[in-house]
This record gives sequence, C-alpha cells and structure tokens, in this order.
Amino acid sequence: MSDAQVEVRNLQIDVATPGGGRKAIVSDISFEIPKGEVLALIGESGSGKTTIALSLMGHSRFGAHIAADVIRVGEHRIDTLDDRGLASLRGRRISYIAQSAAAAFNPSRTIMAQVIEPLLVHKLATRKEAETRAIELFRSLALPSPDTIGARYPHQVSGGQLQRLMAAMALITKPELVILDEPTTALDVTTQVEVLKTFKRAIAEVGATAVYVSHDLAVVAQVADRIVVLKDGRMCESGPAATVLEAPADDYTRSLLAAGNRTHDMPEAVAGAVKLEVRDILAGYGRIRDGRPAIPVLSDVGFTLERGAAIGVIGESGSGKSTLARVIAGILPAASGSIVLDGQELAPAMDNRSREDLRRIQFVFQNADTALNPAHTVGETLARPLAFYHGLKGADAEARVDELLDLIHLPREMASRRSAELSGGQKQRVNLARALAADPEVLICDEVTSALDTVVGEAILQLIDDLRRNLGIATVFISHDISTVHAFCDKLLVLYSGTAVELAARADFTGAAHHPYTRLLVDSVPQMDRGWLDRQVSEQATSLADLRLIPGLCRFAPRCPVAIAGTCDVLPPPYRTEGTLTVLCHHPIDALTKEDVIA
Amino acid sequence: MAAQGSSGVKNIAKIVAKRVVSAFITLFLVSAVIFTISGLLPGDAAQELLGQSATQEQVEALREEMGLNRPALVRYGDWLTAIVKGDPGYSYVANMPVSQIISTRLPNTLLLAALATLVSVPLALLIGITAAIRRGTTVDRSLNILTLSLVAMPEFLIATLFVLAFSVKLLWLPSIALVSPEATWSETMRSIALPVLSLAVVVVAQMARMTRAAVADQLDRPYVEMARLKGVPFPRIVLQHVMPNAVGPVINAMALSLSYLMGGAIIVETIFNYPGLASLMVNAVTSRDMALLQSCAMIFCAAYLAMMLVADIVAILANPRLRA
Repeated sequence: MSDAQVEVRNLQIDVATPGGGRKAIVSDISFEIPKGEVLALIGESGSGKTTIALSLMGHSRFGAHIAADVIRVGEHRIDTLDDRGLASLRGRRISYIAQSAAAAFNPSRTIMAQVIEPLLVHKLATRKEAETRAIELFRSLALPSPDTIGARYPHQVSGGQLQRLMAAMALITKPELVILDEPTTALDVTTQVEVLKTFKRAIAEVGATAVYVSHDLAVVAQVADRIVVLKDGRMCESGPAATVLEAPADDYTRSLLAAGNRTHDMPEAVAGAVKLEVRDILAGYGRIRDGRPAIPVLSDVGFTLERGAAIGVIGESGSGKSTLARVIAGILPAASGSIVLDGQELAPAMDNRSREDLRRIQFVFQNADTALNPAHTVGETLARPLAFYHGLKGADAEARVDELLDLIHLPREMASRRSAELSGGQKQRVNLARALAADPEVLICDEVTSALDTVVGEAILQLIDDLRRNLGIATVFISHDISTVHAFCDKLLVLYSGTAVELAARADFTGAAHHPYTRLLVDSVPQMDRGWLDRQVSEQATSLADLRLIPGLCRFAPRCPVAIAGTCDVLPPPYRTEGTLTVLCHHPIDALTKEDVIA
Repeated sequence: MAAQGSSGVKNIAKIVAKRVVSAFITLFLVSAVIFTISGLLPGDAAQELLGQSATQEQVEALREEMGLNRPALVRYGDWLTAIVKGDPGYSYVANMPVSQIISTRLPNTLLLAALATLVSVPLALLIGITAAIRRGTTVDRSLNILTLSLVAMPEFLIATLFVLAFSVKLLWLPSIALVSPEATWSETMRSIALPVLSLAVVVVAQMARMTRAAVADQLDRPYVEMARLKGVPFPRIVLQHVMPNAVGPVINAMALSLSYLMGGAIIVETIFNYPGLASLMVNAVTSRDMALLQSCAMIFCAAYLAMMLVADIVAILANPRLRA
C-alpha cells in the first residue's frame, strides 16, 4: 500500500450491451494522488473522465460495473465496500461538485436545507450548528448576503453563485477528497475566473485532496498538480502538470494543446459590397407598446456586413446575442429598426417575408441533436430545403445532396444514414449542410461549436470559414468565446446587457484600445500559462456598484473598473468612433488603451 | 428577504385568486349548459305529473301554474338566483323540496367517496412509488400488469366478482349496502365495505400509474444523483427530494380520479343498491324531475371543479418558482 491519499490500480468499468455481452468503457486506469494535491482528469466527451471520477465514490451510471485491483481513498477501500459503507463515506469523507449546479440542486427545497444535508444525514452536527457553519462557508466563498442567501431557492440566485453554493455543500463536512466535475464549464468566462479562484482557495483551506474533471486544458493548467490525459477510456499520459503541459509525451496530448493554443495567422479580411445591414434594432419579448416591447432585450444595435465576410457577436449569457440572431432571421420581429439585405429592407417578421427572402437568410442552430429529426436520414434532411426553395426532386435532388455532402467533407454514403446514428461533429456538419442547401446569402451560426469537443469544434469552424470565403456567404457568428471570434471573424460586435458596447474591425482586435468590458472578456479567458489565475486581480467593485440603473446609462458601469463617478452614473454614454472602431463609453478612445486608463 | 417573502405571498395570493375566480366562471357556464340540456329532454314535469291520460289543456294549465311557459332565460335567471341563495327548488314528482331529498342522499355519497379516498390514496401512493423506485424489476412489472388489468376491467365486473367472492362464497360481507340512520358504526362499515372496495380498486389503478410516471420522471433528475452522492439514504431521497417535486402532477392525477368517486359511482351504487346521489340523478331523469336533476348535476360539477381547484392550488404551493 502506497502512502498516497488516493490510489487507483487497474480500474476497469464495463456496461451491458444490447446483445447481452459486456463492453469496457474504461480500462487499465491507475493513478495515485498525494495528500492535498489536485489531480486533473482531462479528455473529450466519451473519454470516461466522469465515469472514472465517480468510481472513486463507488458510484456508476446506467448500471455500469466497476472492477479494480484497488480503489482506495485514505484508509477506505472503495472497491470492497457495500452500499451502506459507501453511503457513510459519500458526502462525509468524499464529496462531489457537479457540472451544472442548476440541475444538481433540488428546485423545490431551500439552498440551506440542501447545503447542510450532508452534516445532518451523517449526524455530524445539529441543525443549528450546521447552519452556523454553512453561513461561515458562504462568507468565505464570497457569496453576497451570506446570512440570508440560504433561505432562497436555487432559481433565485445566479449560476456563478449556485456553483459556489454547491462548493459549500461539498466542503461543509471537511471531506478528505473532493471531486469536481467540470465545475465551471457552464459558466460565463468572466464568472469562471472568480469561481475558479474561490474553489482553489477553499479546497486549500480545507486541506482536501481533489480530482478535477475537465475538457479545458487552460483551466486545468490553473488548478492541477498532476494531470491524467484520457482518450476512449484509456490513459494516454499522466504525470506532473508542468511536464504534461510543457513537454507532452503523447501525440493526443499535443493535439489537445494545439487546439487550445490557436495561432492567429489568418488570410486577409474580406472586404467587398455590403450584403447585410442591421440598423438600430430595438427588440425584446412581451407585448409591444409605443414601439417598445414589455421586456426589452436589445436596444440600438446595428452593424454592416460585406459579402463573404464574418462578424462575431459575443457577450455573456443574457447579453442578447441569440436574440439578435433571431431578430435577423425574423423569428422574433424587432419592435423598431431595420434589416436591409442588398439595399432592400426585409419585413421584420418571418411570416411576412417571401420564400425567396427566407431562402437568403439561413440559421444554423446550436444543438444539432435537437435541430435534426432523428427519424430522417441525412438525405431526407437535406432534400427538404432543396424541394422547398428550389423545387428540386428525384435525381436532381440526389445529385445536389451528394454535392452538399462533398462540401461538408462527409462521404456520400452518409445520405442513407439516420441522423441519430451520427457523431456530434457529423451531426453539426449535416446541420450546416441543411442551411447551405438553400444557397443562402447570409448564414447565422448560433454557438455552433459550444456543444462539441475542442478538436471537433475547431474543424467545424475551419469548414465554415472556408465555405463563407469560397461561396461568398456573409456570416453572423454568435459565440461566447472571444478567442474563436478573434480567430475566425472579420469584425467583432460586443454586446453587454443588450447594448452594443464595441464594434471593431479585425485590425482593431489586436489594437490597444478596447471597451473596458471587452478587455474584461479578453482577460478572463484562461491561458495555458500555469500562473495565470494567480495573477488575476479580483473584479473590482467600483464606487458605482450599487448604482440603480436608469435606462440609457452605461449598463456596464456597476462592474466597470474605470467608471467615472459623477459622469457614468448621470449621463448616457456617447458612441465614440475612430477609424473602424466604435465604443460606447465616456472615456475617449485614446484613454481606453490599457496603460492610460486611470482607475 | 422579508420584502421578498411578502411579495411571494402576494404573488401567490394573486395566482390563487385568479384560479378561484376562473373556477366560479366555469361553474356559471356549467350551470347554463346543465339548464339547456335538461330543457332539451322530451317532456316536462307537468306532463309527467298528470300522466298519459291528461288532456293538452290540463297540461297547458299546469304549465302556466308552474311557470314552465315563461321564456327560458327568465326561468334560468330565477333558477340560478335560487341556487345561489341555497334553494334548489321543489320537486313536484316527489312532492317535497329538492334540498330535503338531497340531504338524505348526499351524506351517503360523501361517506362512500371519503372512505374510498382513504383506502385508495395511500394504496396508490405505495404502489406508484414502489413501482417507480423498483423500475425494470419483477416487482415493477408485476405491479404494472396488475394496475393495467384493473384499469381495463369494467367496474361492474369487479363489483360482481367481489359479491361472488365475499358475499356468496365466503359469506363475510353483505351484498346489499343498506344504510339506515339507526345502524351502528360497525354495521354501516360492514355494509358499505364492498362498494368502497370496488370503487377504490377502480381509482387506485389510475392513480398508481400516474404516481409511478411522476416519481420515475423525477428519479432521473441530476439532483437525485447529487443527493445519493451526499450519502442521503434512499428513503429520505424519495420523501424529501423527489416527492416535493412530484406532488404537483400526482395531486392532479388524484383529483381527476377522485372526482369520479362523486358522480361516476352509479354502477357501483346500482349493483349494491346503495342510496347515493348518482342513482338519485338517474331516477330524476326518468321521472323528468328537472329541479332534482339540475341540482344533482350542479353538485357533481361543483365537486369536480373543487377537486381541480384544490389540485391546482397544491401544485402552485409546491412550486417555489410561484411560491417565492
């Protein structure tokens, strides 16, 4: 027996197959974690990383069977314990932080009841003591109003707060092993930094050993002491974090690192005739009264887009980027403003657009799983728009389906496969081909890679990039990932809370001047560099943090590190333009370069 | 937080008030439908009272006297006002106030419904939850087959089988449910045991199936896995984590099934010769006793709406998004 805190030797997990046999989903896994260290399990979806992490709690999903020579946590042999023994360890000595706190919290019980539950079920404290301890933890996790937040229900707090509350639930029993399963993946990039820092500090305070499951090498680089790289249920490489990240021995690790460290050399920006112009869009939900919707989402948003060019629309969740996409497509008619295609204004609502107008603007949805009918074959999926927009039938349609499959680099035989049989990346390609079947002039891609693994997503992005250049399709690229947009787009539109805070051309991306929010977004993207997280200063609450926002004022002001008291809280910000860069800010553009801004 | 709490209470009061108002509006519309339909039945009280041998003039005169010749809207207005005031009218067929007839029958029906509820609800919950947590096992499959066959079996067959088994063969229980005011509590229980059982069997099956579906749906949620990984014992997961989320759909299914106990018991009442409201209503139809017929129909509809209202309010209270 080694003196490591956690020891796994020769772990194998198999599931029953429909044929009655058993198939290994994870095999030959061995690792050790010294006390107080963080081990990262890294890999793409299907690599078995969550399955392995859960086996440390003796838990398996879908009736999978866990077998191992040794699974040891502290003095407990997980592999030989019965259900009672496991239950007594779970939540007490070993605890779990799930990917989606929104799903892992019970919607109909208060947060406090759920956070203190591990203490109560293991009879470690009375309710009163437990609540006191929870409030202390809330305070140390930097949660707002720690004394009362426990009385709320999960839907009443934000995603980042909920994730920290789940950490409180996991740490309240001072466990010796904490398993974190992609705990920041569902969060916005700006929130992720804060949550990561809090997790790192809190785990160190408890002195726990940790297993960190992630697909994101840059995040792992910030937290892990050791890394195990997994592919298809097997270990590719394992070792100290510095070695794996700086001198990877395995090809697969290198390809993961390459996808993360994207190089920025790209072909020239596309310039040409204006294809799409979006002007002064005001849109939202609910009944429209006096030209204003009941719940306004977008205000005063506009841009122009040339033939074959791509504009990246970025912002965090709730910033209105998907709403903008829906407005352009006419799914959500704008309350005011106009959408002009080739100099001709389109009807705001889809229902009032001609079939020809509908054909010219096509939408690629985020989730190919739900966008494609699983009962249809790929050929049928692609033949529908061909018949609808072009009246193609029979042999003509089949020929065009073949062409489309060539275009998206899928073999022609795929036409007879059902979409349910395809992999995630293949489905997204078919989803793209469905839009291309209409011969669109404008393509709207709404977070098309966010459900895909890095390497697969990168290939899809490259494909879209080639297609829009070769076919001259103006592309609106909605994303929450600023590095993707930087790498693939000619223009950038940054939305914050429904306002366009920055509109920039490619030349400005690398320039020094940016809106403070854009800068925050850029700075929040984790870097491979292992010391990155420790160098991040916490988001500074400014003197305007409690500002009650009056419509028209800068919405970013309460979070802005350079907000000017007496100006930003009184006057609406002006649009300032210099060359191709426009920002919505009280600071002149010259003052927005990184060095010059005086807080 | 205090402000938030009180706004939650206000919010919920508003939603509940809306539901109550809409229930009353529905009841009003139902009253119009009942009045119209009972007017469509051939013949009326005057004709029925005077019998086959009466001349047209006699019938006309009696109609005039009973106010049956007035326009339908006027009669509806009068009837509705009287009902609202608590006076359901006079039965010319039985020659006594409708309220008096109903007051002898309503307690019987309520007793039957209440006992059937008491037996069926816990049983349904037990079967439904057991089947859900033992999904895919033999226990689940057997319960599934059992409830499916009970749902499929007509209630007259179930009632008849019970009579055959318990009254004819075993001689344990009486086959006729005679309820008299003089009977002792235990005699009453014995005499209505079979009707209660027959009714319970019918509704248990439906409720158990709906409960199983609602609980099984919740058991797949990530928060259940999270609770397991906190070391929460399984019975506690079911009671404290799953049930609060399943209670909305379960209560709705139960209200639908239980509302059947009030009005749908006619077959069971007939087989056991039980003096309840349903058989009273059927008699009212055959004897053209409009006042009685309309009152019975109103009681059934009101009971149904009340059940739905209770179910909705429980569902609203169980949902923290609406509650807080």
